[in-house]
Amino acid sequence: MTDTRPLLLEVEDLKTYFYLDEGVVRAVDGVSFTIRRGQTVGVVGESGCGKSITARSIMQIVRPPGRIVSGSIRFHRAPPSNGNPGEVIEITKLDPMGKPMRMIRGGEISMVFQEPMTSLSPVHTVGDQIMEAIMLHQSVSKEEARRLAIHMFSKVGMQQPARTVDRYPHQLSGGMRQRAMIAMALSCTPSLLIADEPTTALDVTTEAQILQLMRDLQRELGMAIMFITHNLGVVAQMTEVVMVMYMGRIVETATVDDLFYAPKHPYTRLLLKAIPKLGSKAMGTATRLESIKGTVPHPYAIPRGCPFHPRCGDMIPGVCDAVEPPVVNVSDTQTVRCHLYQSAPSRDVIPLTPQSAAKVEH
Amino acid sequence: MLQYIVRRVVLMIPTLFVISLISFAIIQLPPGDFLSSYVAQLRAEGDAIDAAQLAALEEQYGLNQPVYVQYWKWISGILLRGDLGRSFEWGKPVSELIWDRIGITMLISLLTILLSWAIAIPAGVYAATHQYSIPDYLMSFISFLGLGTPSFMVALVALWVGLAFFGVNISGLFSEQYIDAPWSVGKVLDMLSRIWLPVVVLAIDNTASIIRTLRANLLDELNKPYVETARAKGVRETVLIWKYPVRVALNPFFSTVGWTLAALVSGETLVSVVLSYQTSGPLLLRALTSQDMYLAGSFILLLSTLTVIGTLISDILLAWVDPRIRLEE
Repeated sequence: MTDTRPLLLEVEDLKTYFYLDEGVVRAVDGVSFTIRRGQTVGVVGESGCGKSITARSIMQIVRPPGRIVSGSIRFHRAPPSNGNPGEVIEITKLDPMGKPMRMIRGGEISMVFQEPMTSLSPVHTVGDQIMEAIMLHQSVSKEEARRLAIHMFSKVGMQQPARTVDRYPHQLSGGMRQRAMIAMALSCTPSLLIADEPTTALDVTTEAQILQLMRDLQRELGMAIMFITHNLGVVAQMTEVVMVMYMGRIVETATVDDLFYAPKHPYTRLLLKAIPKLGSKAMGTATRLESIKGTVPHPYAIPRGCPFHPRCGDMIPGVCDAVEPPVVNVSDTQTVRCHLYQSAPSRDVIPLTPQSAAKVEH
Repeated sequence: MLQYIVRRVVLMIPTLFVISLISFAIIQLPPGDFLSSYVAQLRAEGDAIDAAQLAALEEQYGLNQPVYVQYWKWISGILLRGDLGRSFEWGKPVSELIWDRIGITMLISLLTILLSWAIAIPAGVYAATHQYSIPDYLMSFISFLGLGTPSFMVALVALWVGLAFFGVNISGLFSEQYIDAPWSVGKVLDMLSRIWLPVVVLAIDNTASIIRTLRANLLDELNKPYVETARAKGVRETVLIWKYPVRVALNPFFSTVGWTLAALVSGETLVSVVLSYQTSGPLLLRALTSQDMYLAGSFILLLSTLTVIGTLISDILLAWVDPRIRLEE
């Protein structure tokens, strides 16, 4: 089952480092992936694994002392169509503050942030902030921009959109603010929407509403979504393809079904085990919720070999702690960065047993 | 908004009443009164004063009455007739003495605030957006120097430089021919050609502290998510900085205009004494030393009132720039 939709974004060997006094933090360390037009890609991983910095690298809004060190981000602005080769822009070559980049930012790639409470300016009305985005990317008058803003507001399900545009963020609830953020991000009909944990700060009811809204809007507007989250439930609901990140690298890429039913990387499998399951207690099989042993290594002291080996239940001594694992294609749609699959890509998944997990303890 | 302003104005009344009580109490605090210092002065000059004359003077000034009666006479005069009382020392109504001077003091203070904002805001924004650059370090150095040097010291140095290098006496707010002349276009122009010196001297201190505060505030604001949101929209960096974080970082300045005014008025006293300006500061100082109570009391009352009004203005400004402050209707 190959995807025939045209390419939208190709990221290749992207490295974004932070140069601090204490040392270099390799926030994104050789990440490659593609996003197709209209596709929903999930990015999961623990805090600090480089999900958000990957997103900010695509937008070219990584703040100093961080910067893109190498790699390429190719943005297919126009898809190839009958004889027309299409237009491809190398984002890393653009000046982050220059006009071409600013035109892409907010116009063709836009972003919704995690904190709706603080992501809007407290001293400007929400309407003013949306109209700014509209007027930056479309040549419309102020009145027209206001009309478009109100239209966007009704699209994202705001009550009394004509009145809400003149409200300040502190007068709106968290869910309403996130709706305003989504309205702002979609006001210029981008081809890619990056959602950086858009529902993490919201309660579950509001979360469900916002997710539903994003699905509806995607169906209507057809944009691709890069959905960053650490919530695997959200991944299952929202995405087609999932990338699992650990310490600045993608350790596994899979379709959402493969990720949940045939996870390969030990880290992915441990993540899935850490999801609480409803009903297990009622069945009388109450067990402690499993967690991944240990903590994420300190960014200045990345372990040799596979960065996950100190926490991994299937660690192969002498290999995992010495050699960096290569990317292995498990199938057409699934890749994993792990030594376990290197020699015999077709062999069965090694079961993650309590015994093998306990080995790390010693 | 209107309701908010009305409420604040009403609240000013009790504040001003307490201020009038305190200012009157303060000028009563030192032992003795105007007459005892007057008598002491006469004795020092070898003149004697007889008891009958003293009693007559006491009667005339009302100094033999209890304090609350004196307060009532003073405050009712102000409230009912706008009469601030008479200055004992100058033998003139207080109002004749102080309006010019308070006017000049306010003019100097206002110009100082404007000048220091005009310099400090761009400088502070530059320092914050170019943190740890050479200009940033340079500005930090200069502003610490400005903070650390007392204003009267700067005034003295300026006087000396004027005399030693340019042979000009830059003290005094007016040229000789205008000192006692009534107000005229010529006098105003003369004053404006000289007023820049105290303004610059006072602004140094104020500018330095604003640069420091603005730099610190803005550094906090620059990392706020809403700045990133604006950047993600594709807003030009300079527009972005001035429209969003600077706007928020300036709030503390709007809210402290009132105090800045008070601080400037008291800082101005020292500078004016050094530069022999006829502003309110030196006159107040003299009224306090000679226990010229109605003059001193009226000064303190008026300056405090102006500060209270300044605070009101700054509250209104703040409510205007920051919608979060506005009360829900």
